[in-house]
Amino acid sequence: MLDLTFDSPKPKVIAGAKHDWELVIGMEIHAQVASNAKLFSGASTAFGSEPNANVSFVDAAMPGMLPVINEFCVAQAVRTGLGLRAQINLTSAFDRKNYFYPDLPQGYQISQLYHPIVGEGEVIVDMGLGVARRVRIERIHLEQDAGKSIHDMDPAMSFVDFNRTGVALMEIVSRPDIRGPEEAAAYVAKMRQILRYLGTCDGNMQNGNLRADVNVSVCLPGQYEKYQATQDFGHLGTRCEIKNMNSMRFIQQAIEYEARRQITILEAGGSVTQETRLYDPDKGETRSMRSKEEAHDYRYFPDPDLLPLEIDQGWVDDIAAAMPELPDAKKARFMGVYGLTDYDASVLTAELDAAHFFDAVAQGRDGKQAANWVINELFGRLNKEGLDITASPVSAAQLGGLLDLLGADTISGKIAKDLFEILWTEGGDPAAIVAARGMVQVTDMGAIAAAVDQVIAENPAQVEKARANPKLSGWFVGQVMKATGGKANPAAVNEIVAQKLGL
Amino acid sequence: MSGIDIDTARKVAHLARIRVAPEALPKLAEQLSGILAFMEQLNAVDVTGVEPMTSVTPMRLKRRADVVTDGDRQAAVLANAPDAREGFFAVPKVVE
Repeated sequence: MLDLTFDSPKPKVIAGAKHDWELVIGMEIHAQVASNAKLFSGASTAFGSEPNANVSFVDAAMPGMLPVINEFCVAQAVRTGLGLRAQINLTSAFDRKNYFYPDLPQGYQISQLYHPIVGEGEVIVDMGLGVARRVRIERIHLEQDAGKSIHDMDPAMSFVDFNRTGVALMEIVSRPDIRGPEEAAAYVAKMRQILRYLGTCDGNMQNGNLRADVNVSVCLPGQYEKYQATQDFGHLGTRCEIKNMNSMRFIQQAIEYEARRQITILEAGGSVTQETRLYDPDKGETRSMRSKEEAHDYRYFPDPDLLPLEIDQGWVDDIAAAMPELPDAKKARFMGVYGLTDYDASVLTAELDAAHFFDAVAQGRDGKQAANWVINELFGRLNKEGLDITASPVSAAQLGGLLDLLGADTISGKIAKDLFEILWTEGGDPAAIVAARGMVQVTDMGAIAAAVDQVIAENPAQVEKARANPKLSGWFVGQVMKATGGKANPAAVNEIVAQKLGL
Repeated sequence: MSGIDIDTARKVAHLARIRVAPEALPKLAEQLSGILAFMEQLNAVDVTGVEPMTSVTPMRLKRRADVVTDGDRQAAVLANAPDAREGFFAVPKVVE
């Protein structure tokens, strides 16, 4: 079903002062689980509530409160694992990651260091026609999010809101298989697309519901292949981790900057220090987060409040049986069943709502024509008016009705565009509109011939010119179309004009 | 395991934000080392092939449904805060 043959893209090469360097990138994506309630409490996950309104005593870490796991969050992690073709671990366990910060009332984050719920998987990241990067997933674990600190409300104080405290996150850890800034952005985009298809994370990067820590190192050409052959990190350079990126553009810029920074250090004979860094988009540079270094001793230990998480294979199978069609499969189906190009299929599968819309329009119709209308007319118009597909004034059924009229030669292509405009502004049933407003295409040869005769009779000078230069016969076709209000069948007009002019 | 020296005791106390007077550190280090020594003793037992015991009685981790059952108690949540303003906990400035 899936065509999984593709070439790997070339790694990004950066020319240093002395020689060429290659990039090696691994990512940790933090995806907020789409759920109503938090991972271990019954408080809401809603965004934008009053500060500290979505906080239970568990989230506030009041003494004696105990965590009780939200089973739906577990199902979401399993669903995500299945979507990344990953190993599902029927036994996983929670650990405490201890550190001190005002937005962490417990003084520890409940996470899964030693026994994550999801093991090895993979993502195929498209990088152009027939070119894709296979990125291995090392693991996915469930953990709690921290609260939010606001620093600009008071000169001397930070204000802390625990609404996000305890919301479930999936940390999706990749292997260092990403080889350039563009690939890194494409990886995040593909992951976001898969999560949105699965409904396990809404992918809203602006609200911080999807954010990434990016590990960057540089190496000499040839070193990476040695790493892949042996899986020995010793062949690679020392990495730095850029924390908390929530924009694809900034991810690319930060990687670019960080790679050049490391190359400058190495070519000057220095060595890169493994550390955590922050990207400053205003200055376009990364800088060290020294405060993180001191606290790096997290003193992990198994959380004594939580038994190991055991799930049944049957439960996992039920989730697997209810999996939606994922982006790769949908794209392959659009290409196979509807005959779409790789490009059109990519455009139409980028967002799930748009894919559903197209599916409804194309079902039982000419797929390529449906794609043209959805992409060029509908998406074009939606973009122009800043509307989302879910707010489209023209429904899939209406657009399908239009295509039926076009396919049956009831209306011409030009009239179809007029009809689209009417559907957009006024709504209504396409067939009824066409009938009521006399928009039916004229295919009556006699009527067309009469219109052609009239145009010829009224324009003797043009007739002479056209006979000398047959390319000018298009002018007559245009005049006839105008005279018939665009309702004449253009092919028939063409034929009759040529015949009457004796071309 | 080599035990806990005074520097390690100081570091652990700092990470846990527990204030320990310098003169109390040697005794603390000694006591912690004693605990570790006891653990070392347990390590002598061969537990190859033995599943870790995570519960005294056979129990399954209790689950909750994905339903909002709590919250909307801002005043109660903030009641014990040393400083709270406009619905937020207020703490001395922490900026990265």
